[in-house]
Amino acid sequence: MGSGTSTRHHFAFQNAERAFKAAALIQRWYRRYTARLEMRRRCTWSIFQSIEYAGQQDQVKLHDFFSYLMDHFIPSSHNERDFLTRMFTEDRFAQDSEMEKCSDYESIEVPDSYTGPRLSFPLLPDHATALIEAFRLKQQLHARYVLNLLYETKKHLVQLPNINRVSTCYSEEITVCGDLHGQLDDLIFIFYKNGLPSPERSYVFNGDFVDRGKDSVEILMILFAFMLVYPKEFHLNRGNHEDHMVNLRYGFTKEVMNKYKIHGKEILRTLKDVFCWLPLATLIDEKVLILHGGVSDITDLELLDKIERNKIVSTMRCKTRRKNEKQMEEKGKANRKSSAQEPIPWFLPQSRSLPSSPLRFSSYKAHKTSRSSSIPCGGCLDRRELSRQVRSSVELELERCRQQAGLLVTGQKEEPSRSASEADSEAGELQKPTQEEWRQVVDILWSDPMAQEGCKANTIRGGGCYFGPDVTQQLLQKYNLQFLIRSHECKPEGYEFCHNRKVLTIFSASNYYEVGSNRGAYVKLGPALTPHIVQYQANKVTNTLTMRQRISRVEESALRALREKLFAHSSDLLSEFKKHDADKVGLITLSDWAAAVESVLRLGLPWRMLRSQLVNSSADNMLEYKSWLKNLAKEQVSHENIQSSLLETLYRNRSNLETIFRIIDSDHSDSVSLDEFRQTWKLLSSHMNIDITDDCICDLARSIDFNKDGHIDINEFLEAFRLVEKSCLAGDTSECPQATNAKDSGCNSPGAC
Amino acid sequence: MSSTRGPATGSLSTASRAPEVNEDIRFPQEEGGSSVKQRRRKREIGTIIRSLGCCPTEGELHDLIAEVEEEEPTGYIRFEKFLPVMTEILLERRYRPIPEDVLLRAFEVLDSAKRGFLTKDELIKYMTEEGEPFSQEEMEEMLSAAIDPESNSIHYKDYITMMVIDEN
Repeated sequence: MGSGTSTRHHFAFQNAERAFKAAALIQRWYRRYTARLEMRRRCTWSIFQSIEYAGQQDQVKLHDFFSYLMDHFIPSSHNERDFLTRMFTEDRFAQDSEMEKCSDYESIEVPDSYTGPRLSFPLLPDHATALIEAFRLKQQLHARYVLNLLYETKKHLVQLPNINRVSTCYSEEITVCGDLHGQLDDLIFIFYKNGLPSPERSYVFNGDFVDRGKDSVEILMILFAFMLVYPKEFHLNRGNHEDHMVNLRYGFTKEVMNKYKIHGKEILRTLKDVFCWLPLATLIDEKVLILHGGVSDITDLELLDKIERNKIVSTMRCKTRRKNEKQMEEKGKANRKSSAQEPIPWFLPQSRSLPSSPLRFSSYKAHKTSRSSSIPCGGCLDRRELSRQVRSSVELELERCRQQAGLLVTGQKEEPSRSASEADSEAGELQKPTQEEWRQVVDILWSDPMAQEGCKANTIRGGGCYFGPDVTQQLLQKYNLQFLIRSHECKPEGYEFCHNRKVLTIFSASNYYEVGSNRGAYVKLGPALTPHIVQYQANKVTNTLTMRQRISRVEESALRALREKLFAHSSDLLSEFKKHDADKVGLITLSDWAAAVESVLRLGLPWRMLRSQLVNSSADNMLEYKSWLKNLAKEQVSHENIQSSLLETLYRNRSNLETIFRIIDSDHSDSVSLDEFRQTWKLLSSHMNIDITDDCICDLARSIDFNKDGHIDINEFLEAFRLVEKSCLAGDTSECPQATNAKDSGCNSPGAC
Repeated sequence: MSSTRGPATGSLSTASRAPEVNEDIRFPQEEGGSSVKQRRRKREIGTIIRSLGCCPTEGELHDLIAEVEEEEPTGYIRFEKFLPVMTEILLERRYRPIPEDVLLRAFEVLDSAKRGFLTKDELIKYMTEEGEPFSQEEMEEMLSAAIDPESNSIHYKDYITMMVIDEN
């Protein structure tokens, strides 16, 4: 019994020990594996986010550039002046909508063959529910009902205060949802899972209902319908995407025009009105403040309560009045302020004289002329980031214009201003907001929280600020609030607490960047206002994928987008690489590669970590950069016939170009005349560093006008360079250029293009 | 952080690892601003270390964290304290990853009947009761990729091959 048992025990013990060790080894290995997966996921996330924000920043810069040109460019002919005036027609829009009766929809006939939902007013709950069902079945609401609904919506919104005050004693629960961005599936899912809005079930939708997704129209219809049906229980806040300027770039304008070919323009015009009447924030029980972006160190709720919110049509560009200007007008004087006192925009060399402190002035009253009139804040910081090329080419262009006109800018403030301000003053009652009012609104619509204390300009987005926990604390204390709910930023889990759980970010668009990229979430507030979060991911596919597969898919998508961006900057990259290759061997170290790429792209990404995904072959840590660039190009469009720098520029500015086109295409007819095209190109070429002769442009324009009707529609143009997004064909707004052969552009003169 | 930080000794390849460490650790920053004094939450240290190529056990990880955390535990780790420790770990090649064949043998130990697979229940039992047990979430994650739904088992040789390819 003795030795036998003990031997058996000994073996048993040994076996147990071995099993234990084996298990421990497997676990150890597995944990490392998942950690690496997590790292990849974060990298991918970073890629998407930085590209998204860089895009937003681009738009702001572009707008600033063109606004400045518009204000200061001295047109050498009547045509040019008109052209520029037409470029920014937001003020003219105001004119138009005042003149046209809003009850235009009554004249629109609905054919008998129409099988979609029909609305009658006042709306009943059934109508709203029927809308959801109809959209789920992919029906489209007839333009007449769209306009009718928008008209009624505006009537309702006008009565609402800037800050909606809601009390939980009337409804048992309040659900707050974040960004939806045109993703109808997510909205339907929320209503399905959480229940439809009712007198007992309040909802607050915190902005960014439109853009990027493909069903922005449908989402608006549903949200507005419920708001009309349950005005006391259903609340909407304005987001930074409820803005016709932003919509031009991010897909909503396009969606409307695609779905409503005849009445799209009118719908957009009406929407412009509706958007600026959306309330700015919602306050629950005087304790929980809900707004889209965030706050800043100067956020003043009392002021926000009092301003005329509809004056802020767009946060992108705003002609503001200065405070003393307002007084002067009140005294009966009508002259324009001299431009000599206007702050200097970021892209002019003179702005170098501004203070370089990255921190904002804590007291707004102390502000000097350190901000341009059009960008939200911190012109000093943007300065560091702008390209020298832009500055010099703009200056060059302006010089040329000045010389042509034989005049000095400061001496002729009357001339160009008139064309711009004519429209303004004729817009009648639509007064301009003051600089401070505008700032307050931009801050709450664009800001993001940060971990560090303080408050500084949000240069990544180009608008609003980053606010620290101290700013939050200060605000909550000042107004005796419990916490803040905001949206505006996509989070992997659909939500995130920060600032010691005083700020909750809630984001309701799942799979925002790509299928499997993130969950969506909404938050329910119970009687004690304690938040209860519900997460979801509205896509059947993701549920069947393993984490590994999900991350791989999203990663692939992100890397593709990144490679595109790298290609778009090929020539800048080449010159940067050459700087690291003093001996002209054609090789650089991988460290240098990483440094060079970051200095050109400025995305703040961990290039060394991404290197293995972006650089295929390198011997001894050295990279043959020329062949690497060539390979990048091969993956993109094949461009035998078009000069690669031109193609590259187009690629880089693809979304910019479209935005510009849509701005010029003021009647949203989706076509521009050849002349307009030429003028655009000229302006653009001075903005970029491309030297294109007039002849080349004309040839280009003529060859693109396929049907020779003297007009180029946007599709023709983009098609010519095979830059048509899948969305134009398939009706979904994912951005993905086709990689096919480009046609002969006709730009054959060597060296001229 | 320049590439001159870190110990002066060490081969060229490891000296050039130091900046990589800097970047990787600084990288997962969510908020704006580029403050040099980064702090990382304790639980993220595991992710960072493992993604740098190390394969410590949970126990080793805890010891490491104890070594670098603040005197008054704030839940954060400061970068300046972490970097030298991490650099040393890399230079010493501590916590080396597990080679494929060793991993295979580990599975074989658990598969006493030498069938070439483990049933789902067996895997769950070992992973949640032995060694440094998995959390429920970890277990579910592993099962989703490892288990063949038809046979309800994990054919570990194929599984390992698939995971290793994926890594590279």
